[in-house]
Amino acid sequence: MKLSDLKPGETGIIKEFTDLALSVKLMEMGCLPGELVRLERIAPLGDPIAIKVSGYQLSLRKEEASNIILIS
Amino acid sequence: MKIALVGNPNTGKSSLFNHLTGLNQKVGNFPGVTMDKKMGTCRLPDGRVVSVIDLPGCYSLYPKTQDEAVVFQVLSDRRNESHPDLIVFIADVTNLKRNLLLYSQVADLGIPIILALNMNDLAEKERIVVNADKLSERLGVQVVKISARQRENISGLKEAIVQAPAFAVHKSSYTIPERSRNLVDAISQDFEHHSEYASLLMAHQYPSARHLSKEKTAELDRLIADEKFESQDQQIEETLWRYSYIDEIIRDCVEVAPKVEEPSITDRIDDVLTHKVWGFAIFFVVLLFIFQAIFSWAEYPMALIEGFFGWLDEVGRAYLPAGALTDLLLNGILAGLGGVLIFIPQIAILFAFIAVLEDTGYMARITFLMDKMMRKVGLSGKSVVPMIGGLACAVPSIMAARNIESWKDRIITIMVTPLISCAARLPVYILLISLVVPDDKVFGFFDLRGITLLGLYILGTVGAVVVAWVMKKLIKGRERSYFIMELPVYRSPRWKNIFLIMYDKVKTFIFEVGKIIVAISIVLWVSASYGPSGRMDRIEQKYSSEAFTSQYSGDQLERMRASEELENSYVGILGKAIEPAIRPLGFDWKIGIALITSVAAREVFVGTMATIYSVESVDDDDSNIREVMAASVNPATGEKVYTTATAFSLMVFYAFAMQCISTIAVVKRETNGWKWPAIQFGYMTAMAYLASLVVYQLLR
Repeated sequence: MKLSDLKPGETGIIKEFTDLALSVKLMEMGCLPGELVRLERIAPLGDPIAIKVSGYQLSLRKEEASNIILIS
Repeated sequence: MKIALVGNPNTGKSSLFNHLTGLNQKVGNFPGVTMDKKMGTCRLPDGRVVSVIDLPGCYSLYPKTQDEAVVFQVLSDRRNESHPDLIVFIADVTNLKRNLLLYSQVADLGIPIILALNMNDLAEKERIVVNADKLSERLGVQVVKISARQRENISGLKEAIVQAPAFAVHKSSYTIPERSRNLVDAISQDFEHHSEYASLLMAHQYPSARHLSKEKTAELDRLIADEKFESQDQQIEETLWRYSYIDEIIRDCVEVAPKVEEPSITDRIDDVLTHKVWGFAIFFVVLLFIFQAIFSWAEYPMALIEGFFGWLDEVGRAYLPAGALTDLLLNGILAGLGGVLIFIPQIAILFAFIAVLEDTGYMARITFLMDKMMRKVGLSGKSVVPMIGGLACAVPSIMAARNIESWKDRIITIMVTPLISCAARLPVYILLISLVVPDDKVFGFFDLRGITLLGLYILGTVGAVVVAWVMKKLIKGRERSYFIMELPVYRSPRWKNIFLIMYDKVKTFIFEVGKIIVAISIVLWVSASYGPSGRMDRIEQKYSSEAFTSQYSGDQLERMRASEELENSYVGILGKAIEPAIRPLGFDWKIGIALITSVAAREVFVGTMATIYSVESVDDDDSNIREVMAASVNPATGEKVYTTATAFSLMVFYAFAMQCISTIAVVKRETNGWKWPAIQFGYMTAMAYLASLVVYQLLR
């Protein structure tokens, strides 16, 4: 399952990334394998999304979120 | 001694900078990038005065944008003029893990460092307890708890700075992987870096490092190829290693009370501000408010500034001896200066609003709301505010585009903002509309003139969107564009910070943009007041002959002479020279002259028309100039000059053309060169020409 598949309020645990270059940036922002994430909200136009990760709110585009694979 | 402040964005870094330096700060530019370089001085308890530089907030030393790369450049290159002797690293306690990632990278560079833990009110609420002594022991550096917002323990931090040189440098945490050993050794030898880690970073980033010579880059290319260095894999490996190192430290030094999960205040505010109805409604109201403010609040101070320069001009005329020098001083320099200072109120007001939006955290939500819509046309969510500001004036708006992180998004925003119809186009539109559009109502209540005006505004906006879309396809991004962005918690704005931002922006504008504006206005004034001596002599002779002057009153004579002088000035000659080119647009040489003089500022069009048609002062009422223009006929054909076709063609021309030296000057400063202002001037003029051509040929 991908992070972009979550519905608001749902949580998941990060397993791995599919895009190497993006993964460094995501990890720097606190999205690490093993970290708990919760989908906080989706922007009114359907994109981007906001997630809660390591204690703060992070927003990213759905396309970027689809590179984050969750433990299913 | 030089101190650099380093840290993530939104950690209280700028608050700390303001507390340390007070009003002793100035803003410059980092060479090569348009990133504000904030510097200041600070007096230490032992009486020494040290310089403090506030480096841009970033998340890691592996920069994702050119602007972020500045941090790596300053910290890794010993010869950089901003290279610090001591780093004060500010970390937000509520997000320590992510903050310490950057800390551990920066510390490995081998520059003496102090860790300032910003204990904000949230940390207290979430009951996060940090054992600073233990943390200090683990990291081997001084750790000071401060509260940047409440200004607590700034003196403690200053004490630590005094003590700093006595402390040993933090010992490197990260061991260079064996497979990169040879490469790092080779680079270290070459660059005399403080640390091996700086050499490793150089191996990762040398293609984008601006301070390297071509030879050095080629040498690194060769080294890297020899050692089969795989940048991406190693970055991932290193980041994961650092996080596990940080996890261990946090486990030992930080206690977090078990949290009760309940929606925070920020969550509840976000429920409203990013709501699909309320979110957009509130955003719209905020935009309307900002627009209203730069449009009408700025009017009073602008009138004051205008009045002041008018008064100076009168005084000058009354007391200075008449002559060329006085003319240059009053009509050239003073008028140019007035043209610069007139922008102060709008710049101050727009930046006050932007600072409040940034400071409260609402700007990030605007980006969140608008991203999808704006991305379609090649802009970013953050382009909305500059573009709305463009309705009042493009100058402060282009300065505001600095808040857009992505280089490509920022360039496109800067390129299209002047297409949005600004306040200076209004006098031109109003004059031309009242000339050719009847004062009728459509369907009983829609004012025809109002609809025409609205149409011109829509035309400009649509033009901006289309150009942005085209540029999105044409311009190549220099870096991969990410959206990944922190949504900071909501906070009340820090008024002192907002005041400082306003002050900085106004100062930068006056000193860096102002000189270009003054220079160009003087050139324009000289070419509009002087002409080839033969022509000017003839005018002189004509107006000194008694037989001629006795037929007219003094006022009339003066107006006629001004008109003839303008016609025979260099600008006048140029206006006539371009007539064949603008004929297909329905313009004659008189309009040609007005087009050239109004490059200074669009509203100059009305004044130039008045001079050319030698009508009386048009200060408050355009009716005189309107009557004269309406009555003017083409001497060759006997047809009216200002037909509907010509007037609409002219309006469309003004909607698209880059008739504003202040905008050119500000784009030059914001993009660091003449390339982009030249492209902008070129494409806007071409677009205006083609659109006018089509309009005139269709309506004729």
